[in-house]
Amino acid sequence: MADLSVNIAGVEFKNPVIPASGVFGYGREYEELFSLSRLGGIATKGTTITKRNGNPAPRIAETPSGMLNSVGLQNPGIDKFLETELPNLMKKDTVILANIAGSTAEECVEIAKKLDQTDVHMIELNISCPNVKQGGMAFGASCDGAASITKQVRKATKKPLIVKLSPNVTSIAEIAKSVEAEGADALSLINTVLGMRIDINTKRPILKNNMGGLSGPAILPIAVRMVWQTANAVNIPIIGMGGISKAEEAVEIMMAGASAVQVGAAIFTDPYAPVKIIDGINDYLDRNNISSVRDIIGTVEPW
Amino acid sequence: MKYTQGKYLVIEKKAIAKDIFSMKINCPEIAENAQPGQFVHVLPTGFTLRRPISICDIDKEKGTIRIVFIVKGEGTKEISALNEGNVIDMLAPLGHGFTINEDFKKVILVGGGIGTPPMLPLAKIYKEKSTVISGFRSADAVILQDDFKNTGAETILCTDDGTMGIKGFVTQPLEEILKSEKIDAVYSCGPMAMLKNIAAVCDKYNTFCEVSLEERMGCGIGACLVCACKTNVNGEEHFAHVCKNGPVFNSKEVVWNG
Repeated sequence: MADLSVNIAGVEFKNPVIPASGVFGYGREYEELFSLSRLGGIATKGTTITKRNGNPAPRIAETPSGMLNSVGLQNPGIDKFLETELPNLMKKDTVILANIAGSTAEECVEIAKKLDQTDVHMIELNISCPNVKQGGMAFGASCDGAASITKQVRKATKKPLIVKLSPNVTSIAEIAKSVEAEGADALSLINTVLGMRIDINTKRPILKNNMGGLSGPAILPIAVRMVWQTANAVNIPIIGMGGISKAEEAVEIMMAGASAVQVGAAIFTDPYAPVKIIDGINDYLDRNNISSVRDIIGTVEPW
Repeated sequence: MKYTQGKYLVIEKKAIAKDIFSMKINCPEIAENAQPGQFVHVLPTGFTLRRPISICDIDKEKGTIRIVFIVKGEGTKEISALNEGNVIDMLAPLGHGFTINEDFKKVILVGGGIGTPPMLPLAKIYKEKSTVISGFRSADAVILQDDFKNTGAETILCTDDGTMGIKGFVTQPLEEILKSEKIDAVYSCGPMAMLKNIAAVCDKYNTFCEVSLEERMGCGIGACLVCACKTNVNGEEHFAHVCKNGPVFNSKEVVWNG
């Protein structure tokens, strides 16, 4: 049994596998299948200051080796989250990353202040949601925008701050540097890639929102590339995600420079994917006589 | 709610109409927990997303369930390629099913097209107390009529083009019955336009009505919030989720133009 523990911004994870924000709700539905304590952490559904209804359905579509979604940040609002979900999650013996997804910097600051008063382990600031008209990806699309919101949220909390980046930019490494300069403790990347599908019989986009975020195996190589480019540009830890569905791909993204991984769409295909990936990483390490998962981080040997 | 995920043996597979298949699956733990109106979430091999398919029959003694589905796209086509002796990957049983009340003396089950299969478990419970009204596009799409007759239920068949049974929509015989006798409940599954009309007729005669909705789904268990449908509870509109809050809803809760 290898040592699977990792440390990100001073927070100890028992293993490097975290269900990504949005696919896992607040864990209740998956607890029916496995103990949440097996997970390295849980990134909670993005929260806004007040209840948000999200976009009309259909909100999902299959794509070649992946899927599009356009949920639009449906959530009950921060107060309800703090009252009914967070206390339950804090009992699960796993690291809780509270994902913030406000539409303005002020809103994100207000949510961060509320979270600062709780026991939550980390804050993940989402500046990359492609499915909302205000905020979301717009924050993360420019270095100035990303820097400004990071700076403001940084001042609002002492909790370790992870900033979640969008792949829908010209240079993710430049965005990452500007976020690092304003005090982000870690980065998570990539959020979904903006995409679209059309039903050729009706000439209508399948998603009611027309466009949506692409995830699943199709985007894995984009994620590997962006984690690698970002790891070469910053000194803060990276949580890598994007299309990971098996342990070998988690290892690959860690070799590219990630200290931990998040798993999203794969959970729809196989609800046990996170725990299978944890077991598979351990098998990989044992097979290769590697004593700690930390020893594979950033070990890619580029040509 | 208790559900499991696994690979289960297909023990019987039949084509029962054009593009419509019936499969019997050996899955004791799913059959044990399954309720009428619930669904199974099937993974077509090689795909990212599962496909929700309603449960058409539950045999708790034999530990089997039956599903009947139509090939609509690439995913359901892949599922239809499975044969007896193959395994099927299911997460099940899922969702909130129909309200069953043993005191109900007379109920009507209305199925439209591929919405007909989830009516069968109800017919098996209510038997002679039930009238099944099924509507199909045309004679070549008609399914499950013998299964319904075998339960002891009275059956009324409609086709849009009149090639079998009564020519016309299911709402016509439904309204005739509601007009003439006291009905304790109407249960229905089918296209949205049909469900909307059934809800309106039931409203008119002040009859309890439950409808089973369909939407594109992600996780199937209520975590991802993808399968939204607009509902109105206590005067407030919000997005409920077909997979967990439904697929069965009281027809008065559904916002039909949402």
